[in-house]
Amino acid sequence: MDIYIALAGNPNSGKTTMFNDLTGSAQYVGNWPGVTVEKKEGRLKGYKDAVIQDLPGIYSLSPYTPEELVARRYLVADKPDAIINIVDGTNIERNLYLTTQLIETGVPVVIAVNMIDLVRKKGDEIDLEKLGAALGCKAMETSALKSEGSLAVAEAAVALVKSGGEQAEVPPIFSGSVEHALAHIEESIEGMVEARFLRWYAIKLFERDEQVVAELNLDANLMAHIDAHIADCEKSMEDDAQSIIINQRYDYISQVVSLAVNKKNKGRKMSASDRIDRIVTSRALALPIFAAVMTLVYYISITTVGSLVTDWTKDTLFGELISGNLRTWLGAMNVEPWLIGLVVDGIVAGVGSVISFVPQMLILFFMLSILEDVGYMARVAFIMDKLFRRFGLSGKSFIPMLIGSGCSVPGIMASRTIEGERDRRMTIMTTAFIPCGAKMPIIALFAGALFNESGLIATSAYFIGVAAVVVSGIILKKTKPFRGEPSPFIMELPEYHVPAMTNVLRFTWERGWSFIKKAGTIILVSSVVLWFLQAFGVRNGALQLVEDSNTSLLAALGGVIAPIFAPLGFGNWKAAVATLTGLLAKENVVATLGVLYGVAADSGGAGAWGSLTADFTKLTAYSFMVFNLLCAPCFAAMGAISREMNSGRWTAAAIGYMTVFAYVVSLLVYQLGTLVARASSTVLVAAAVFMLVAVVTAAIVRDRKKRKGCAGGCAGCPGADTCGGRGK
Amino acid sequence: MRTLKEVKVGETATVAGLRGEGALKRRIMDMGVTRGTEIYVRKVAPLGDPIELTVRGYELSLRKSDAELIEVY
Repeated sequence: MDIYIALAGNPNSGKTTMFNDLTGSAQYVGNWPGVTVEKKEGRLKGYKDAVIQDLPGIYSLSPYTPEELVARRYLVADKPDAIINIVDGTNIERNLYLTTQLIETGVPVVIAVNMIDLVRKKGDEIDLEKLGAALGCKAMETSALKSEGSLAVAEAAVALVKSGGEQAEVPPIFSGSVEHALAHIEESIEGMVEARFLRWYAIKLFERDEQVVAELNLDANLMAHIDAHIADCEKSMEDDAQSIIINQRYDYISQVVSLAVNKKNKGRKMSASDRIDRIVTSRALALPIFAAVMTLVYYISITTVGSLVTDWTKDTLFGELISGNLRTWLGAMNVEPWLIGLVVDGIVAGVGSVISFVPQMLILFFMLSILEDVGYMARVAFIMDKLFRRFGLSGKSFIPMLIGSGCSVPGIMASRTIEGERDRRMTIMTTAFIPCGAKMPIIALFAGALFNESGLIATSAYFIGVAAVVVSGIILKKTKPFRGEPSPFIMELPEYHVPAMTNVLRFTWERGWSFIKKAGTIILVSSVVLWFLQAFGVRNGALQLVEDSNTSLLAALGGVIAPIFAPLGFGNWKAAVATLTGLLAKENVVATLGVLYGVAADSGGAGAWGSLTADFTKLTAYSFMVFNLLCAPCFAAMGAISREMNSGRWTAAAIGYMTVFAYVVSLLVYQLGTLVARASSTVLVAAAVFMLVAVVTAAIVRDRKKRKGCAGGCAGCPGADTCGGRGK
Repeated sequence: MRTLKEVKVGETATVAGLRGEGALKRRIMDMGVTRGTEIYVRKVAPLGDPIELTVRGYELSLRKSDAELIEVY
């Protein structure tokens, strides 16, 4: 029988590093059933029968967030054999708060005081014996970053299990009157729960924990009886039960810390992180520094190193080496020309165009992972929060969008760190508006073919993406499911630290992998299907190879859909088909257009795309580009949305919203553009533009007014139900 | 009573109590902001909100509207 050891601790306590240390590559990542919380487990190195179950980083075992619920359910229902509690030694008070809750679960605990190297550097001293004694369990030192002590802690946990796993005497955290009430409650529920969990349930009932109350479903009389005891305690302590418990925990912790921890720097002196933040989050320099950092990241990953590797992969690796040789080789074997076409022009070309992006993506994700591990991303959320709050989101929503500029799939997955469900859903719905790596070729194509390689096109594409997010935020906020107070933004700003390369590489790979998987599966299949549809048509009543793509199945399909796009300016079947294939993967748009207009996907410039220019004008091209940038994302991204939303209804809403939004914007672009082009009177045009600007401004300003003028109390105020009585 | 929102940058205040209820109040307390805790207001974010506080030895970021829920001496 396997021993299960849970790994629990605060976010930023070094848990991930320790997990990697303990399990090496024998890891498995999935999801906890029913929720979108990541589940990681792995075999303990050196043991045949021990499994480490990583729990989400949590600050407490409250019943409010999915992560906390998942953790407590695992501890109390799945009953692991032991818990390794990782405590950040440089931040010990808040970390011990979770510890006091873990020791109540009845599962034996071993404390790993992590980051001990930093503790020593600071000059602080932690007496492990005293700490352990005060909390009723063994406390050991570790420095996961330096691989010091992790395995020793695991060994101690295993030894604890093998020796019977008895938890020591419960430490005297709570005061007499609370213990008195707890004793009464324990008495009342005795027999209803397993003996070793009695105290846990009693404490939760005392706190009036919603989840436990629902779970136990006690008889009304019993509840009233228990409630009487709680009310007594509340009255004598003049506070509510939940606050009493929390206060007493922290009071106890303060005592323990003064006993067992000797801090060198007792004052408010600035740490290294504080000194760095003095510049990084300063009023004057924060935004310029952010802009500089991001420019550097994109410059390295996309403009220089990135495109170098990408071009080589596309042209040399796939173009010459693979395609060329494959074609020669297959030809020499006298393979049917249509099969050669399928393999070389269909599969290799399609998949190759995506694989060629992988180096760029990996470099981008590598740089973003470093920023995250270093601790900079938290600062970004801190800086951007006010801006995002204006649009109904929070600073934390910025990070998924940042990642989404590489690939929407990991971007959407990154929305897991956002706490409020409303915020999370809105972020998921709007992240895909930001142009991702796959949309780049679309922009590049048209910029090259019709706009003389103008860099302005790419810039405008990003602007439109960002504007779409902003406008969506404003619009969605006014709808019922999203209305109401913004979610709180209570976030820790962890100390900066040197990035742990294993973590960074792992993150990079995890994110890049989702991009690669897309190539191997969806794009492969779609390339084959696409190739088939455009190579075959119905002639003389039978299915056969056609030479003119205008008579192919694809053209027929396109002809049916094309009228939908007529108001947007690109109602021809080729454009319609290209857009459709874009659903499978945005890179397909270019690939399809290439196939349909007889141009190899990687050549650029006005010359090669001459036939394209016959079908598109500057305006229709721009309208087409806008539609493809904003409409429903590729299948892989849709899959990610479906996973994160965890609801068919919401997924459909998200995709539907994006497509409708894209249609409207494209419509506006084309119709207004045509109007502008044909306008006989510049005054009319100016008036139209002015009205548009006025409407948008009014929408934003009206929001602000509601917030600022609240001196007169809530009665009669039109904004009363949305502002929650707090005025601003 | 004075709230944390009115405490200026560079000042230290002691928590007297917490307004509000439910998940928000619980979260604030879970993070160590409890009666008697000393809070140092380190800075305000570049755009004016949120604020950065030093609580029990670590840095916590809180919106001004949430800071209004914390009563201080």
